[in-house]
Amino acid sequence: MIELQNIDMIFGMGTPDENHVLNDLSLKVNKGDFITIIGSNGAGKSTLFNVISGKYSPTSGRVIFQEGDVTSQPEYKRARYIGRIFQDPLLGTAGNMRLEDNMVITMKKGFKGLKISLNHQLREKFRDELIPLDMNLENRLSDNVGTLSGGQRQALTLLMTVLSQPEILLLDEHTAALDPKNAAKVLELTCHFIEKYQLTAMMVTHNMQQAIDYGNRLLMLDKGQVIFDVSGEEKKKLTVDLLVKKFHEIKKGNFLYDEALLS
Amino acid sequence: MIEGILVEGLIYGIMALGVFITFRILDFPDLSVDGTFPLGAAVMASTLTAGLPPLLCLLLAFAAGAAAGMLTALIHNTLKVPGLLAGILTMTMLWSINIRVLGGRANLPLMRVETMLTRFVHGWGSALSQPAALLLFCFVVVLIVKLIMDFFFHTDLGLTLGALGFNEQMVIAMGIDPRALKYIALGLANGLVAVSGAFAAQYQGFADVNLGQGIIVSGLAMVMLGEFILRSNKIGWLTTRVILGSIAYRAIMYAGRYYGYYINLTPNDLKLITGILIIIALAVTKLQDKKSAARKGKAKK
Repeated sequence: MIELQNIDMIFGMGTPDENHVLNDLSLKVNKGDFITIIGSNGAGKSTLFNVISGKYSPTSGRVIFQEGDVTSQPEYKRARYIGRIFQDPLLGTAGNMRLEDNMVITMKKGFKGLKISLNHQLREKFRDELIPLDMNLENRLSDNVGTLSGGQRQALTLLMTVLSQPEILLLDEHTAALDPKNAAKVLELTCHFIEKYQLTAMMVTHNMQQAIDYGNRLLMLDKGQVIFDVSGEEKKKLTVDLLVKKFHEIKKGNFLYDEALLS
Repeated sequence: MIEGILVEGLIYGIMALGVFITFRILDFPDLSVDGTFPLGAAVMASTLTAGLPPLLCLLLAFAAGAAAGMLTALIHNTLKVPGLLAGILTMTMLWSINIRVLGGRANLPLMRVETMLTRFVHGWGSALSQPAALLLFCFVVVLIVKLIMDFFFHTDLGLTLGALGFNEQMVIAMGIDPRALKYIALGLANGLVAVSGAFAAQYQGFADVNLGQGIIVSGLAMVMLGEFILRSNKIGWLTTRVILGSIAYRAIMYAGRYYGYYINLTPNDLKLITGILIIIALAVTKLQDKKSAARKGKAKK
């Protein structure tokens, strides 16, 4: 479905602040995959998403989407098949506009015309879609989104993104800024939607237990490389302890190598 | 005097609607307005003098303003310069262009030319007094502009523009190029400003290259005054209050001009008053924000 070939991402190339964030990273995402991604701060998780979504174009390497090279395609064009949800719940909705207006404009991807789509029938449809969120949003269609809570906004963003039928869903720690109760709720909804619409998804998380519990494949990122890629039965057997052990094993290998170099 | 305030308030209200689009909806501080207002006046005056039908002249004025607004968007989009600088560049260049449009001079009188205003006033001259006919005409024009604008911001495209100023990332996520939307919004806003300039020229009976000096600041003052008059999130009310703000601003300026000499104010002090008006508006808004934030904080506890 989406393939990254030998991606290098270097910020500030040629300056003293040069930062090699992604290092010859290659990755193939298959249709129907639900991948969880873990890694320490600065491992390149967000940059990976920025390269996939087209916010950054990589220093070298290629991004392939369904056999087409999209490396130079701008972000707004890629957004037609990539849905991305950010950590900040404010980034997915327009707080100065009513809930129904938000839903109307995100319902379909692409340029909008001089048509008034919002009508009684569509409002009914929105209500039906909002009821399963179980947040009482179905009665607040004409309220400004700015009056909703962070959890409500993130759930709404999730619903709006899913309704626009993306081919792939990028979840960038989308529950990290929410309180535990809302975080659990949004995560549960996420899984529900991924299953219901058979979505391909990638989810960055800081919570190892979450990374193990959800999805069919787990990636561990470190220093801009995928150091651990596990899926299927093997992933099901993972525990947090095993994961930490694995991480140290791989890191230790590197440490030994570094030490060997120094001595 | 009251007719004067209302007529000017309505005519300049169209300009304030343009400023409202850029400053409030798009969150793009567009200073091209200082150039597109006299541009509209200049195009209207020179085409009327050339004998073109008035409605066509008005359309040309709108088109010229829209083109200038798109130039600002072009500078901003392709050179990635801040909107403020892009607007100043357009405004500065337009000063020279406006003189060319006026035929190489700074001022073009319309006294002997039939304008939309004189035509209407003469047509109704028997039924209504001249000021009343003028007022009726301006009211109808502004009403039409307002209704078209309300309709536009109800369409899917208009709603998307509403999202752009608040959350550009969301527009990108919809698969829309925000740059394309900026062309549309700046074009529309400056088209309206030029139309306002076109009517101002007809009302005053001349087009002058300096007609637009400081107009952006007065437009901003009108928008802010309107925001004190009423609060709403419905576009119909938002546009109404811009026009009400424009009338209120004109009233204050009239008061300054006619009664200001009691406290030694001259017409030269009006710009000072405008600036102070905006500063007061900003300060009061800031205070209100603080108050409502404090109230929210309390509610949470």
